[in-house]
Amino acid sequence: MNDITREITEFLSAALRSEVGPDDDYFALGLADSLFALELVTFVESRFSLTVEVEDLDLESFRTANRITRFVQRKTGSPEFTENR
Amino acid sequence: MNRAPGTGSPAVAEAARFASEVRGRAAAWDREGGLPAGVLKEAAAAGLLGAGIPERFGGQGVTPAELGEICAHLGGVCSALRGLVTVQGMVAAALHRWGTGEQRARWLPALAGGELTAGFAATEEAAGSALSAVRTRIEDAGDGEHVTVTGHKKWITFGQVAQVLLVLGQDKGKPAAVVVEADREGVSREPVGGQLGMRAAQIAHIGLDAVRVPRTNLVAPSGLGLSHVAGTALDHGRFTVAWGCVGMAEACVEDATAHAAARTQGGEALAGHQSVRALLAKAAVETAGARELARRAAEFRSGGAPGSVTETIVAKYAAAAAAASASSTAVQVLGSAGCEPDSRAGRHFRDAKVMEIIEGAQQVAELHIAEQLMRRHAGRGPAPASPAAEVRA
Ligand SMILES: Cc1cc2nc3c(=O)[nH]c(=O)nc-3n(C[C@H](O)[C@H](O)[C@H](O)COP(=O)(O)OP(=O)(O)OC[C@H]3O[C@@H](n4cnc5c(N)ncnc54)[C@H](O)[C@@H]3O)c2cc1C
Repeated sequence: MNDITREITEFLSAALRSEVGPDDDYFALGLADSLFALELVTFVESRFSLTVEVEDLDLESFRTANRITRFVQRKTGSPEFTENR
Repeated sequence: MNRAPGTGSPAVAEAARFASEVRGRAAAWDREGGLPAGVLKEAAAAGLLGAGIPERFGGQGVTPAELGEICAHLGGVCSALRGLVTVQGMVAAALHRWGTGEQRARWLPALAGGELTAGFAATEEAAGSALSAVRTRIEDAGDGEHVTVTGHKKWITFGQVAQVLLVLGQDKGKPAAVVVEADREGVSREPVGGQLGMRAAQIAHIGLDAVRVPRTNLVAPSGLGLSHVAGTALDHGRFTVAWGCVGMAEACVEDATAHAAARTQGGEALAGHQSVRALLAKAAVETAGARELARRAAEFRSGGAPGSVTETIVAKYAAAAAAASASSTAVQVLGSAGCEPDSRAGRHFRDAKVMEIIEGAQQVAELHIAEQLMRRHAGRGPAPASPAAEVRA
């Protein structure tokens, strides 16, 4: 797990009060209420200094921690955010 | 803009001037059930309708703290007027946050200048606190370019006059948001009058009978209409309601104190009684506490901090309670004068009760606040309340 994914899963696990793995779809698991979606957007924006635009708002890209990671990497284009293998 | 809040800001000073100018007219608006059309124009000319909209879209781009002070000034005079600024701001915030570049350019300047007034149409008969139950249908019109919107919305603030409505509906079972211009065929308005409070807010129930609108009026992809679009509008609404309640509570403390000092019964000023002083002290402390929480919410919002949604709920919860309590105290201390027709305290008392119900009822806010506390104890305690039950918190 890279640093972004770790931070995101930590945020998700705390916010949803449930251990969330990098590939868990927490919306499908019924863990998220609708206020949470907005909180998650605000978290990602403030933590990774980016702006989520409507064009990015494909629900799919926010479904799992790994997908959010890829989204952050795409938006920031930062090499430090590449996945460790 | 990095101006400090307070009267130093021209936008706030202008709102203060506007509020004091219309102060004497608010009771008549309440009695007659509406703001005169001229007042909407004056409010627009004073920049109030576009206060929170960024300058590049023709607004004033005020900071959250300044927007708060503006709403406190207006709320202290007339909740319906503050409500006008609230709904305009809610719709603008949702369009600014989740509209496309084209949608922002199309609607925001007109909303900022007040050429367009907006309504936020979410509530339905069977969907109040739990907005995921909305049944308004947004369906493909068959021509690839339009959708039809069919449903019945209730309690739309300024729904009697709004020219654009941000409507929450369902698109094939997914929550979706769409802008409906109110002059389109199939839109009908049923004015609501004589309700408990917000009597000048020109409320209407709104019928949508297969209203055809271009697909380009859909805001954000289907599925995100509630969590993101309505969510952003409601978050903004709760913030301005919180500050409006701070202003209302402050006005009530002021009126109650002035009356207690001036009125004598049985040879003694009302303020000479300990029990009256206790009422005043309690109201003053609750009000000051609410102001501090509203200020804190403003700080979270200006920093874009992730806790801003919750801090705003906390502020709205405390401020609605303070307004309800301080207005009840004011009516008590004023006695029959508080019960008179056109009594300011009496009007605030009625309006404040409404604030404990709309934009997330107090009990719904408590659920959310407690849920945040439980986060510190992951894995323990019962699971969060069902998603449907929490949308308004
Ligand atoms: C003056 C006024 C203006 C309004 N303006 C607008 C507007 O512009 N746009 C719009 O869309 N709507 C508007 N509304 C509607 C308003 O948002 C709803 O009234 C509000 O969301 C509550 O829904 P409800 O009235 O159906 O009450 P319900 O949802 O039936 O709730 C009634 C009570 O039940 C309790 N309750 C409900 N759910 C829970 C829960 N999960 N946990 C614990 N307790 C709960 C609360 O005490 C609540 O007060 C307005 C309403 C009024 C009165």
